[in-house]
Amino acid sequence: MAWPQTLIDACYFIAALLFILGLKRMSSPRTARGGIVWAGFGMLLAVVATLLLPDMQNRGLIVAAVLIGVSAAWWSGRRVAMTAMPQMVALYNGMGGGAAAAIGASELVSHAQDLAVRVVAPNTFPLMPESWSPLHGATAVAPLSPVALALGVLGALIGSVSFSGSLIAFAKLQGWLDRRFVFPGQQIVNLLVLAGAVVIGVMLATGHLTIALVCAFFVLALLFGLLMTLPIGGADMPVVISLYNAFTGLAVAFEGYVLQNEAMIIAGMVVGAAGTLLTQLMAKAMNRSIGNVLFGSFGAVVGGEAQAISGSQKPIEAADAAVMMAYAERVVIVPGYGMAVAQAQHKVWEFAQLLISRGVKVKFAIHPVAGRMPGHMNVLLAEAGVPYDLIVDMEDINPEFPVTDVALVIGANDVVNPVAKTDPASPIYGMPILDVADAKQVIVVKRGKGTGFAGIENALFYADNARMLYGDGQAAAGQLVAELKTLDG
Amino acid sequence: MLDGFLALYIFMLAAFTGYEIIARVPVILHTPLMSGSNFIHGIVLVGAMIALGHAHTSFELAIGFIGVLLGAGNAAGGYVVTERMLEMFKTSKPAPDSKEAK
Repeated sequence: MAWPQTLIDACYFIAALLFILGLKRMSSPRTARGGIVWAGFGMLLAVVATLLLPDMQNRGLIVAAVLIGVSAAWWSGRRVAMTAMPQMVALYNGMGGGAAAAIGASELVSHAQDLAVRVVAPNTFPLMPESWSPLHGATAVAPLSPVALALGVLGALIGSVSFSGSLIAFAKLQGWLDRRFVFPGQQIVNLLVLAGAVVIGVMLATGHLTIALVCAFFVLALLFGLLMTLPIGGADMPVVISLYNAFTGLAVAFEGYVLQNEAMIIAGMVVGAAGTLLTQLMAKAMNRSIGNVLFGSFGAVVGGEAQAISGSQKPIEAADAAVMMAYAERVVIVPGYGMAVAQAQHKVWEFAQLLISRGVKVKFAIHPVAGRMPGHMNVLLAEAGVPYDLIVDMEDINPEFPVTDVALVIGANDVVNPVAKTDPASPIYGMPILDVADAKQVIVVKRGKGTGFAGIENALFYADNARMLYGDGQAAAGQLVAELKTLDG
Repeated sequence: MLDGFLALYIFMLAAFTGYEIIARVPVILHTPLMSGSNFIHGIVLVGAMIALGHAHTSFELAIGFIGVLLGAGNAAGGYVVTERMLEMFKTSKPAPDSKEAK
């Protein structure tokens, strides 16, 4: 069965429309849920229409591959914990990049085979269409325009980098690769690999299409993605994932041009632009330029000694902390990734609800990069049932800290470190922080005395108005809840 | 078919669309949006299907098969993860102060 081309084109048009409308709806919390469903419907429509394209072969194989890919991804996506969301996004994004690279490879290979057929037997069948050629089973393909060939090569390069880079990002966030791989002359090696890939890419794009060159091109492109991502530290991974997300979008748009598929061009380009902006926003929130993330490793750029921090950490008991907050007027809870790792968000929300029922004004303050990427903490709090209107962004909450009685910091470290404002030698100097230290009292729930994700000593813990509540996030939150309940009698 | 400039217009307008949609988005939705845009470039599945649909040699078939597999993973995984995240977003306002009123 085949549908007329017009009907299929209409399906692609509706799919592209649904993608844009869906993404638009996803940009407001109220309509976000519907947004993904709309986009999902668009995807379904596009896939079904593609299967019914008139000149498609290997339909059985296609359906088999789709079913395997969908069920594997569906299964893994269903059971992954919310804390592991960023690496799953990296993984699925890498798959998209790989698919775009595969489209490029497929186009290049079929054209290379076509050329090989013509070169090997140039005059054997001069008047015969190449599709009848006996060699390789390769058939004639309409020659690509120079623009299409160039974009195809470019898309394949970007897609390959996104594929191997995303896999490394996934492995790092998953904890499979917890070291940075740094060696002398690394930048030069990376540059040489990239230059090699570009040179071969240009050769391919200018018509020097051979299977060997195509293979060399993909090996170098994949290698570059690998090398480029390996030296980047875990703290910068969100920016990198977002960048690769934009990369995949661009690759899809370029391969869409090669295949003359408007839905791919539009969807890919929308994601490419949106992803680039998102990457910039993230990098800005972390006070890092994208170039710095990619080419300078975290901590390696620090000049001079970090300032010594005087004072001592002053512990507090859960009972005292609970009383302090129970009789406060305003409490701001500052959750960090540590809270999510300890799975403490449900207990924290229970605690917050108890406070609210006592008439305490409770807000949750979220740093733009709390969690593993911007908005990740909101997802984790949402999972625990915290309504999103109690969650406040950094710019809105910072002026409120001076009138806040108690700031409860739980599992957050670098994002509340005043050193970012006071010590120019610190690697996080200049990063915007939550001004927790301005609150009248600060209670920090922390597992031990160690440093945070970036390995930097936190001056907040030594401040006069700060008290440390040592313990695992979930246990500490549980204690606070229990103490509050005894208080209520 | 798409000639050079028509394609260029599409590229340009699509890029502005993507930029404008993200520009006004609150930080709390950045992660779901990244995931959502990750799903949308799962449209690459369509391209991979076309590539496999026109494959003849075993080399092309292998590449196409891998492409469809990866593209399907991108689309399905992106959808599930985004949907799970967005499912959880709710506000306390429509049901006013149900918890706080106690």
